[in-house]
Amino acid sequence: MKLATQFRDGRRFPLHIIVFLAPAVIVYTMFMIYPLVDSLRLSLYTSDDRGNETFVGLDNYHKLVTDPLWEPRLKGAIINNIKFFAIHMLVQNPLGLLLASLLSSPYIRGRTIYRTLIFTPTVLSVVLIGFIWSMILSPLWGISGDFFTAIGLEQYAKKPWLGLESTALTTLSLVSVWQWVGIPMMLFLAALISIPDELIEAARVDGATGWGVFWRVKFPLILPTVGIVSILTFVGNFNAFDLIYTTQKVNAGPNFSTDILGTFFYRTFFGQQLQPGNPTMGATIAGVMFLIILTGVLLYMFGWQRRITQVEL
Amino acid sequence: MSSLSSTLMRRFRPAQQIQLMAAHVILLTYTAFALFPIVLILINSFKTRKAIFKSPYALPDADTWSTVGYETVFKRANFPDYFRNSLIVTLGALALILFFGTMAAWALSEYRFPGNNLMGLYLALGIMIPIRLGTVSILRLCVDLGIVDTLLALILVYTASGLPLAIFVLTNFMKQVPRDLKDAARVDGASEYRIYRMILPLVRPAIGTVAVFNMIPIWNDLWFPLILAPSERNKTVTLGAQTFLGQFVSDWNAVLASLTLSAVPVVILYIIFSRQLIRGLTAGAVK
Repeated sequence: MKLATQFRDGRRFPLHIIVFLAPAVIVYTMFMIYPLVDSLRLSLYTSDDRGNETFVGLDNYHKLVTDPLWEPRLKGAIINNIKFFAIHMLVQNPLGLLLASLLSSPYIRGRTIYRTLIFTPTVLSVVLIGFIWSMILSPLWGISGDFFTAIGLEQYAKKPWLGLESTALTTLSLVSVWQWVGIPMMLFLAALISIPDELIEAARVDGATGWGVFWRVKFPLILPTVGIVSILTFVGNFNAFDLIYTTQKVNAGPNFSTDILGTFFYRTFFGQQLQPGNPTMGATIAGVMFLIILTGVLLYMFGWQRRITQVEL
Repeated sequence: MSSLSSTLMRRFRPAQQIQLMAAHVILLTYTAFALFPIVLILINSFKTRKAIFKSPYALPDADTWSTVGYETVFKRANFPDYFRNSLIVTLGALALILFFGTMAAWALSEYRFPGNNLMGLYLALGIMIPIRLGTVSILRLCVDLGIVDTLLALILVYTASGLPLAIFVLTNFMKQVPRDLKDAARVDGASEYRIYRMILPLVRPAIGTVAVFNMIPIWNDLWFPLILAPSERNKTVTLGAQTFLGQFVSDWNAVLASLTLSAVPVVILYIIFSRQLIRGLTAGAVK
């Protein structure tokens, strides 16, 4: 309070506050905020061979959604990205919740060991995970073939899961689920552990079964975490790149069937063998990704988080 | 075993015992599923090519033992250099994130000045927006600054992207440092810089959390090394492994060996810091 009034008296802004804030603010502004803003600006320009930039308004966006060269790629990438996200929401997060609810039971011996081991794939780089799984799924090595034979589904034993348009995207989504399930597991586990025992005891005394306690008592209490997990999944998925690039290369094959916004952005901006890089169109795709992610974050903040707080009150 | 099962008998009713068993079965199955691919890569990296295909599930024995994959990796790729680059980038970025982050968090949590909340909000913007979306301009900026294809470019980009969450976590933590302590130091005539140094040890758990949280994503990143520092001299382990694997894709020994080599440092870090990492994840969720 004292300091605040001193400012109104016209005292100088204390130097030490500036010294403390300056390094972080400068690096953050220069390498994060400025590039994000400048990239949005670039999406409104077009550049010729000599690098001269001309302002074209929303023409690049218009081109992206109408031009026969761009439109199918954008549509494909968005649809594939939605599928990628849907599989994470339907498989990764429920699986994370299941594992967390098992691990949150105080009667399970070796909880810490299970938790630590199950989290291991999450700390490895996506590049390694991508190569590991493309080897395991390779019909040449036959590891996945052995698995399907063992469970009596021999018709799937020789299937090149990553090589077929019909299966590649789903397979890669599941590989990504396998890698990242540790994150929702940990977040759900933390939320479940923090529920007071008295609440659960009270429900049990009232005759609720384990299943009933979970859905009627625990699940409503961890809804804030459900929201956090969902928005983290959303942002992570619509920004994904490494797994597709590592396993399917820059063209997100076969026939663009695994192309998502991240690979589309990289290919456009950086170019590839036949097509030179196009920074302004790249910036435009980044602009589309920015809008999608921003919409998700705002929906979460104002649609979900607000309502949850009201329920808690 | 028998004493264990008899204690179980006394403590739990049969229905509960079945539930416990089922939980263990599910957890064991999933743990095996999570580890199986990694173990498979590890054991096969020490086998001859023939054995990799003939008996992939067997441990290497005297007949099948071979380190030819590792020899290829060391002959054909500069893994020691890649490790050095990854280490410089990760430690450099971590040091800057922690140094700049604690300073900014200290200013936001300690002083009431006009625009404090606004500044906090501005610095928090980057928590949810991925820095990748600004890549086109980041590359231009690095070209203009003459730091393209240097490790410095990577360090600065990772610092910028790590700061928002670091400042957010550290500010919340520093608000809990007791007032009396700081006021006592001020009465003794300590400068504000001195008091900042004094409280750092008090927020060590939060610093640990922030460090562990940033370490693994920086080490594992492929995107920025690929775009900002792709030359052989500046490759990080992740990019180096990516390129090597792409070139040697048909040399199974070399692929398995390089996969193992690139996984080892992260797994060691994980073993050392898993407690802290997990504590960080769980503490972050409660907030």
